[in-house]
Amino acid sequence: MTDLLEVDNLGKRFGGFVALESIALSVRAGERLGLIGPNGSGKSTLVNCICGTLRNEQGSVRFDGRAVDGLPAHQRTRLGLARSFQLPRPFVSLNLMDNVRIPLLYTVAARGGHHAGAAIDDHCHRLLREVGLETKARALPRDLTQVEMRKLELARAMAAEPKLLIADEAMAGLTHSEIEDILVLLVRLNEQGVTVILIEHIMRAVMSFSRRLVVLVSGRKIADGLPEEVMHDPEVERAYLGQ
Amino acid sequence: MSVRSIPFLLVTLAIGAAVFAGAMLLGNDYYFFAGYVVAQYIVLSSAWNILGGYCGYVNFGTAGFFGLGAYSTVAVYQLVEGNEFPHVVPIPLLILLGGLISGVVGFGMGYLTLRLRGAFFAIATLALAVVLETLVVNWDFVGGSRGAYIVRPETIGPIGSYVRYLFLLMLVLAVAALNVARLIERSRLGYGFATIRDDELAAEAAGVPTLRLKLVATTISGALMGMAGAPFPYYIGYLQPSSTFGFDYAVNAIAMSLIGGTSSWVGPLIGTLLLGSLQQLITVTISSAVNLLLVGALLVVFVIVAPNGILGLVHKYLQRKPDEFVGRRRIDLDAAAAAAATAATAAPPAAKPGSAPGSPPP
Repeated sequence: MTDLLEVDNLGKRFGGFVALESIALSVRAGERLGLIGPNGSGKSTLVNCICGTLRNEQGSVRFDGRAVDGLPAHQRTRLGLARSFQLPRPFVSLNLMDNVRIPLLYTVAARGGHHAGAAIDDHCHRLLREVGLETKARALPRDLTQVEMRKLELARAMAAEPKLLIADEAMAGLTHSEIEDILVLLVRLNEQGVTVILIEHIMRAVMSFSRRLVVLVSGRKIADGLPEEVMHDPEVERAYLGQ
Repeated sequence: MSVRSIPFLLVTLAIGAAVFAGAMLLGNDYYFFAGYVVAQYIVLSSAWNILGGYCGYVNFGTAGFFGLGAYSTVAVYQLVEGNEFPHVVPIPLLILLGGLISGVVGFGMGYLTLRLRGAFFAIATLALAVVLETLVVNWDFVGGSRGAYIVRPETIGPIGSYVRYLFLLMLVLAVAALNVARLIERSRLGYGFATIRDDELAAEAAGVPTLRLKLVATTISGALMGMAGAPFPYYIGYLQPSSTFGFDYAVNAIAMSLIGGTSSWVGPLIGTLLLGSLQQLITVTISSAVNLLLVGALLVVFVIVAPNGILGLVHKYLQRKPDEFVGRRRIDLDAAAAAAATAATAAPPAAKPGSAPGSPPP
């Protein structure tokens, strides 16, 4: 299979602080990739550089066969690169229906999507049902629990009908059964052909989901391979457990 | 234009016509003078609300755009003044010109301030009004700091005095502004504006081209303000920079929108009808200086008692949350249908996350 996402020699600095240093990463279409690393290792920065929220000074990002460097975030989303935010960022003045409606109106429609009129409403309901929020379709985000907000965040990313979905800590603070729910959701998406990058601290979830694992430590990629092998890599153990 | 917009247009036109007919029946020119100001503020506050209420960008430069429209008229007036036939340029044309110029400046302002948010954006817009005033003060052709005299014809056609004609034009403009605001609110554009107000990063991630939408908002808002300013020299007769670019316009436009409620086109309308009429009443009964005091006092009261304006109060009273009101908004069906028509020819995307909702979990 061809590479859907190719990150080459990517570097990002914040002033004198090197957040990412020559990261190379390629993700094949249909893959389930786990991205782990201690706090502050640059996982979210990497996501932000891939999705165009931040500009990388160095290196390049190719998505679906084309260089996306310099493209604003909304154009990358339209190319099929969707992400959920680590801290949920719902549209606070719009109800849940309208929150998931936005990507349909602006991303799917821009691709020449297939949703029109009342079909959009149905589709919004379907998306909310998939994450178990259909009863709150008319509620505002402020009435949601933290867990529900994360589900809304995922639903909104799914609404953009992405080729690659990056779930940035979508499960933090969730119970076991809720984590199961979201894992089932992500696996189902993957089986429908969506490539998924899962960024997570909950190792049980990462290990059960990922077919490949990438480890970031202090802005560098220190491991990339099968989950079991990566977890027994001495360098990874050192990063997580100390010397 | 969606199907439901046409009845609304007809209803607002009918109301406008009724208002004008009522004023004609009363016959007193004072009502036209006072009504003109109220109608002008309906345009200004609706225009302000497109950027301030829908997008969340607080514009303190209303007077700048308003003055730009007014002085574009003065410039044209000076150009044709020496001619044998003064007033050869009809006022509707001047309105379009004022709108064009202010729209261009609005676009420029949006482009220059695209990285500014909150108070910084407000300060930048305030600066714009000051810059424009300074330019006009130093531009002799339009009167400079001395001001400019515009001699309007006494009467026009069958309507009677010229101020009636000006009122009619401003009424049409107010109807147009309300229709534009409502149309935006219920379209795809309105949803996009709301996401800009809520969270620009998340909006970008959802595929919303935030910069482009922001420019659309500053352009439309600026153009409407300029259009409201264009007939003003004919109304006032003597135009002076310091009052034309005065802070009153900015404060009033903001206050009227906030007092009415910024979540919908109805808010600025209610706020203007209330505050604008009250101001006119106070001007003739007490003094025009009390106007701003009234605005200040009302703003303080509303910020404390009803931060979401009268609209917010009404929703509270009806035991309904504002979100249900927002939730009733429907998308522009025609636009969506047109998008679907083009989609029919294009291949559907490979992945449809929502296409198998009932499939059992693996």
